[in-house]
Amino acid sequence: MAYKHTIDHQIFSFPDLKSVLAKASPFRTGDALAGLAAESNMERVAAQCALSEIPLKDFLNEAIIPYEQDEVTRLIVDTHDEVAFKEISSFTVGDLRNWLLTHEVDTKKLSKISKGLTPEMVTAVSKLMRNQDLIAVAQKCEVMTQFRNTLGKKGQLSVRLQPNHPTDNLKGIAASIIDGLLYGSGDAVIGINPVTDSVDIVGDQLKMMDEIRMRFDIPTQICVLSHLTTSLELLDKAPIDLVFQSIGGTEKTNTSFGINLGMIQEAYEGALELNRGTLGKNVMYFETGQGSSLSANAHWNVDQQTCEARAYAVARHFNPLLVNSVVGFIGPEYLYDGKQITRAGLEDHFCGKLMSLPMGMDVCYTNHAEADQDDMDNLLTLLGVAGVNFIMGVPGSDDVMLNYQSTSFHDALYVRKVLGKKPAPEFEAWLEKMGIMDATGERRSIEASHKLLKPL
Amino acid sequence: MNSENNIPIKKDPWEDLKTFTNARIALGSTGNAIPLDEVLQFRFAHAKAKDAIESELNIDSIKEEIESWGFSVWEVKSQVSHRDEYLQRPDLGRKLDEISEKELQESPQEFDLVFVIADGLSANAINKNAIPLLKELLPKLEGYKIGFVLAKMARVALSDPIGILLKAKFVAMCIGERPGLSSPESMGIYTTYAPQLGLTDERRNCISNIHSNGLNSKEGTALLFYLIRQSFDKKISGVDIKINLKDLLED
Repeated sequence: MAYKHTIDHQIFSFPDLKSVLAKASPFRTGDALAGLAAESNMERVAAQCALSEIPLKDFLNEAIIPYEQDEVTRLIVDTHDEVAFKEISSFTVGDLRNWLLTHEVDTKKLSKISKGLTPEMVTAVSKLMRNQDLIAVAQKCEVMTQFRNTLGKKGQLSVRLQPNHPTDNLKGIAASIIDGLLYGSGDAVIGINPVTDSVDIVGDQLKMMDEIRMRFDIPTQICVLSHLTTSLELLDKAPIDLVFQSIGGTEKTNTSFGINLGMIQEAYEGALELNRGTLGKNVMYFETGQGSSLSANAHWNVDQQTCEARAYAVARHFNPLLVNSVVGFIGPEYLYDGKQITRAGLEDHFCGKLMSLPMGMDVCYTNHAEADQDDMDNLLTLLGVAGVNFIMGVPGSDDVMLNYQSTSFHDALYVRKVLGKKPAPEFEAWLEKMGIMDATGERRSIEASHKLLKPL
Repeated sequence: MNSENNIPIKKDPWEDLKTFTNARIALGSTGNAIPLDEVLQFRFAHAKAKDAIESELNIDSIKEEIESWGFSVWEVKSQVSHRDEYLQRPDLGRKLDEISEKELQESPQEFDLVFVIADGLSANAINKNAIPLLKELLPKLEGYKIGFVLAKMARVALSDPIGILLKAKFVAMCIGERPGLSSPESMGIYTTYAPQLGLTDERRNCISNIHSNGLNSKEGTALLFYLIRQSFDKKISGVDIKINLKDLLED
């Protein structure tokens, strides 16, 4: 269906829903690279005006990627919850924005309508929202998940401890794990990105981490962020808490990652059967990021933020413990600078939360992006206010394996302190018991004789 | 830097763990923050990486060196006109500009092997690492007809139109890799047998991490020479050629 909007006697027309969505997006280099971005500032605002008037019902009638040709579209359409949608079914996208911001719409209400929202509706409304709107509404969401601890309750901020090593050296990885634990990180997960995605190497890494976890009785979960097929092979051979996978918002993107929905389902069921979680059954960990579909030439001329939100529809189908966008990793041809990375980070967090995902964020940048630690401090603080479930903890912000910069263990302490946030309650109790933090949440001085420093 | 003299820094008593990793562990703290010395060191590493991205090829000295070995050298450029555009438009970095295309077209010769020396994301990496490696490699390549091209504002796939126009059987592109904080000057080599337009990554082989703390020029040469022989034997490049790094480097 075609849409149009007139400003100052100038008519702007858009051939279909996906072009309105693309042109209404705040500027980012990836959409320009794909040739989808608005051609002028005027056209962008005209697209936003047109978008604001589109009834949410239109989104149920027009698939932006054909149903017959894309299993992600089929998942979105087939699992749409009409009952949850009812309350907002008469809204336009603009109404939805104004409604979300009212005081009457609270945590409970947001979770009630969540399954009635398609990713396209969520991405549409986000394009009309200012950064403060994205923060204000996300802050009202609460998405709690459990495996061996409780993540995502209001007032909490957790950390994935990311102890990568450039040659997968087990002692080198363990050294970073100890460093992170002694700085209070690791409640979301202790998760390694392996250099070599082989069954042997990943298996050894899992065994090493599980040994540390059990020896010190740490109430957290471990994960090697290998390809899903590697995890599947290891299900009965190594201690697998969570199955990890990078996912995208189109079937073709997922094909380029070497997966499909059926494979995720198989891994999900396999991990559930292991029954390793003591508190809950959230067994999946997904990573996403704007630009992955364009990069795989699998975007169907859909803008990168909309593709990203569609990946969240994939994620929510499998009740994950953790989901995070790796927002600044992809590079300046998709998100050019601190401003674009910040906007994208807030959008991704908002869209994920509105779709009831336990949303975390890899607040990060590469050296060819126009960004630095100050930009990361800004985004970290904003996401902390928005109620992000977890962030990354990388020694000194410098990932020596993936060659990019993320947030550090120190950064996590900073954001917890300035915003009064706490770790997962079970992990917090452990930190106190181990003499790493005191009852007020301040980090203690660690002596050379500390238990954690003995094994290596 | 003596910033720590008056305000004592809380040290982490596990500095010995640094022997196992080059990750930034045991940094100590002041309040919750990283001590200033560490902050400044980090900033220095980041500055070096940023400068590497802005760096340019030492065209004259590289050219002079190669010409002194008795080869002529083409100079070409992609359709990118400045660094900022290079970062935003990888598609333009894969296409030759008009003048370059014309010059290569006029080449009367055909080649077995063309080396493309390209800036990529760190010209500094090329300025440092390309000549030593080529010097090591060339004596092993007697009998091959060899050409050299210097390419500015280049992405990996620019080697395809270059190879096609020079009627090369095989192209090896030395290109600056995305700088990391600990490796701002890292060179990669991408090899392609029978270059064509529109090739994707699985049709190429890659040797990564050639720099002062990574693979040295001798190791890089051994790997590249292996790939050249394999490609000419099997008339292919890409995923069907397996390199076992360890075995090869131990030989």
